[in-house]
Amino acid sequence: MTTMTAEAVKTEDKRLFYVADEHEHGEGGSTLLGFWLYLMSDCLVFAVLFATYGVLGGSYAAGPSPRDLFDLPLVAVNTSMLLFSSITYGFAVLEMQKNRANRMLLWLFVTMLFGGAFLGIELSEFAHMIHEGATPQRSAFLSSFFTLVGTHGLHVTFGIIWMITLVIQVWKFGLSEANKRRLLCLSMFWHFLDVVWIGVFTFVYLMGVLR
Amino acid sequence: MFENFDLQKAIFGRLTLESIPYHEPILVMTFIGVAIGGAVVLGAITYFKLWGYLWREWFTSVDHKRIGAMYIILGLVMLLRGFADAIMMRAQQAVAFNGNEGYLPAHHFDQIFTAHGVIMIFFVAMPLVTGLMNFVVPLQIGARDVAFPFLNNFSFWMTVAGAMLVMASLFVGEFARTGWLAYPPLSDYAYSPDVGVDYYIWALQVAGVGTLLSGVNLIATIVKMRCPGMTMMRMPVFTWTALCTNILIVAAFPVLTGVLALLSMDRYVGTNFFTNDFGGNPMMYVNLIWIWGHPEVYILVLPVFGVFSEVTATFSGKKLFGYTSMVYATVVITILSYLVWLHHFFTMGSGASVNSFFGITTMIISIPTGAKMFNWLFTMYRGRIRFELPMMWTLAFMLTFVIGGMTGVLLAVPPADFVLHNSLFLIAHFHNVIIGGVVFGSFAGISYWFPKVTGFKLDPFWGKMSFWFWVIGFYFAFMPLYVLGLMGVTRRLRVFDDPSLQIWFVIAAFGAFLIALGIGSFLVQLAVSIKNREKLRDLTGDPWNGRTLEWSTSSPPPVYNFAFTPVVYDNDAWWDMKQHGYKRPMEGFKPIHMPSNTGAGIILAGLSAVTAFALIWYIWWLAALGFVSLIATAIGHTFNYHRSFNIPREQIVETERERSQELLQAAGA
Repeated sequence: MTTMTAEAVKTEDKRLFYVADEHEHGEGGSTLLGFWLYLMSDCLVFAVLFATYGVLGGSYAAGPSPRDLFDLPLVAVNTSMLLFSSITYGFAVLEMQKNRANRMLLWLFVTMLFGGAFLGIELSEFAHMIHEGATPQRSAFLSSFFTLVGTHGLHVTFGIIWMITLVIQVWKFGLSEANKRRLLCLSMFWHFLDVVWIGVFTFVYLMGVLR
Repeated sequence: MFENFDLQKAIFGRLTLESIPYHEPILVMTFIGVAIGGAVVLGAITYFKLWGYLWREWFTSVDHKRIGAMYIILGLVMLLRGFADAIMMRAQQAVAFNGNEGYLPAHHFDQIFTAHGVIMIFFVAMPLVTGLMNFVVPLQIGARDVAFPFLNNFSFWMTVAGAMLVMASLFVGEFARTGWLAYPPLSDYAYSPDVGVDYYIWALQVAGVGTLLSGVNLIATIVKMRCPGMTMMRMPVFTWTALCTNILIVAAFPVLTGVLALLSMDRYVGTNFFTNDFGGNPMMYVNLIWIWGHPEVYILVLPVFGVFSEVTATFSGKKLFGYTSMVYATVVITILSYLVWLHHFFTMGSGASVNSFFGITTMIISIPTGAKMFNWLFTMYRGRIRFELPMMWTLAFMLTFVIGGMTGVLLAVPPADFVLHNSLFLIAHFHNVIIGGVVFGSFAGISYWFPKVTGFKLDPFWGKMSFWFWVIGFYFAFMPLYVLGLMGVTRRLRVFDDPSLQIWFVIAAFGAFLIALGIGSFLVQLAVSIKNREKLRDLTGDPWNGRTLEWSTSSPPPVYNFAFTPVVYDNDAWWDMKQHGYKRPMEGFKPIHMPSNTGAGIILAGLSAVTAFALIWYIWWLAALGFVSLIATAIGHTFNYHRSFNIPREQIVETERERSQELLQAAGA
């Protein structure tokens, strides 16, 4: 029965089953989507760390508590470093869209300085805490604190290594399509780390001191 | 300071000659077997001068079809290892009665059940379904490759690197003795200071990177690269299930990565996440790992639901019944799979309300699954069913999976679970759904798409032998475990006191023996099919009178899949094309832009494996060196901007002309 109707259709209907005149698709059409998906998976890694901090963050094991350890003014300075670095990365992207490679490199350089300052302050904070005896081994609270904040710091470190790589590549090969795509991926990564840090600042530092 | 400096420790970490288990005869024999087998294979490759060919055409290939095929080969090779573990356990449990200690010491038995679970899930089931998705999905959506071809190659080699680490643990050191999910505090440093758990952690971390990236890759492929006309609701069901599975992968595997990272912090740094003291909480681990673990079982089973949908429609000669409900059922399962994880540990003591919530969500999952079952039945209803091998596997699945599903609903009732938790009833249940679902589905998929991959069909006689041995063997092997579980026998026991139980274990061992014959028949089937490939050759590219786009190309498909991107008007696109008198375009070819092969994937994966091995054995200098070279190689790879080339028009004309001749020849025959 189906074949009968199909035979009938065949004569009257001339469908074209292929793209006769295909145009070249640019490369990397899926890269930004793919990178978004990766970022969401990374977000879940942070979700695990936040959840762990949420459960274990009050387990001081008779050791120091957030109120004893956190220096909020210092953390505020640190936060502003990271937020400024996001703004300057935004300026870099604006220059990129105007194809002004040198100005863009300048803004990337400023971004790296802010990122480096953030890492420096964070490391000195860690060193201070460890010096006080508040080591990651001391209690489950400190284990989850160091792991959450440290993982974020590790991401910032890789972001800076990536930025250095891109600076070299833009400097050598110019603002090609491929390089622009990479700069946009790193931009998403960098802003993503900012968003995560807002979470860390709120849930770990501010609410920690309130506890 | 330097008087305590131990040169051997600095160079080899904790790796010593004592780490090689030369005093365990079983392992020595295995090693000799593997060494001889490996030498024969490597020798043959060298003798026939195949290294260059393998490196250029396969190892460095970014072609999704070749990578898919390599995933399946990996899965089948690891199946032999995982099954060897299974039959050793069955043999041990069948004899260890009446004071007989059996032949496996506890130390070894515990490694075997851990390795069996880890290998079967991560390195058999995962590669098999990933391989099928990799091969089939781009063809089904009319694409020429996946979205990120290099990443695809890298993902595959990371999976291989993970598998290699597990295999290395057999002969260098030991594997975990903790069970396949390595629950702390047992897996913490205090109770498992040896390398076993470290092998476990790093094998899964390395393979997990591959799995996650291949998930990202396939989602982007399905979302962005469908051919014109293929709306979401015109995608083949297999592609739908692949999409949902890969969404689950991206949403679940990071949790595994996270929780294993926390466990390694406990083991390497001495933190207190899952320890018993200093505020640690082992149940945190159990929660987190099952938040990954439950979606994982759907990651495995959803693609094979897709396989069964394709097979049922093709071999019933009908459109799939209830396409829309099939899609929604798949999506509902995807969502619900996140809301049930706690049913794996009702006995943790979360209280009645929490347990009821998770019990009810678990039972609800059976509704969309049941809807699928009815859709397959109604597809067969009034169809002209051809009982070819893929269809036989499908029927065996429908029967077996329904039984497994029902025992699952039984376990979802918290009070019942308090009795059956950790018993052999549970073991019988999950083998019932994994073998009945994933394994039968993989065999259905392999026998269904084999002619597409190779250009010839699989031998039906040995396929049927394999089928019957597997199916009958399965029932002999696992029905006794239901009985034993109801009698209260718990899992992972090495010796037994009650002699009245022995008969059930003997029956189960007999079943495992039948399954061994089934695996053997499958290998014979492969060998016989390769030998008789000329007789089994399919020139049409459409041996089953298929319905979806992959059957519209030649078998094996050309490297570019489609000379012209297809345009789709119907769910069963190829069926629709056949009904409307589709004629292959013979002129107007243009050069096709394709990605170039690269060795970066295999090199990066190799460096990851070396780094992981160094971390397992505390060889710090090597770990640092491996990690730095890993980063340097990755950065170096980004300096390569020339990653694609054009296939010249002449080559396409030639390939398509050969295809026309094959079709003529097929029509003449």
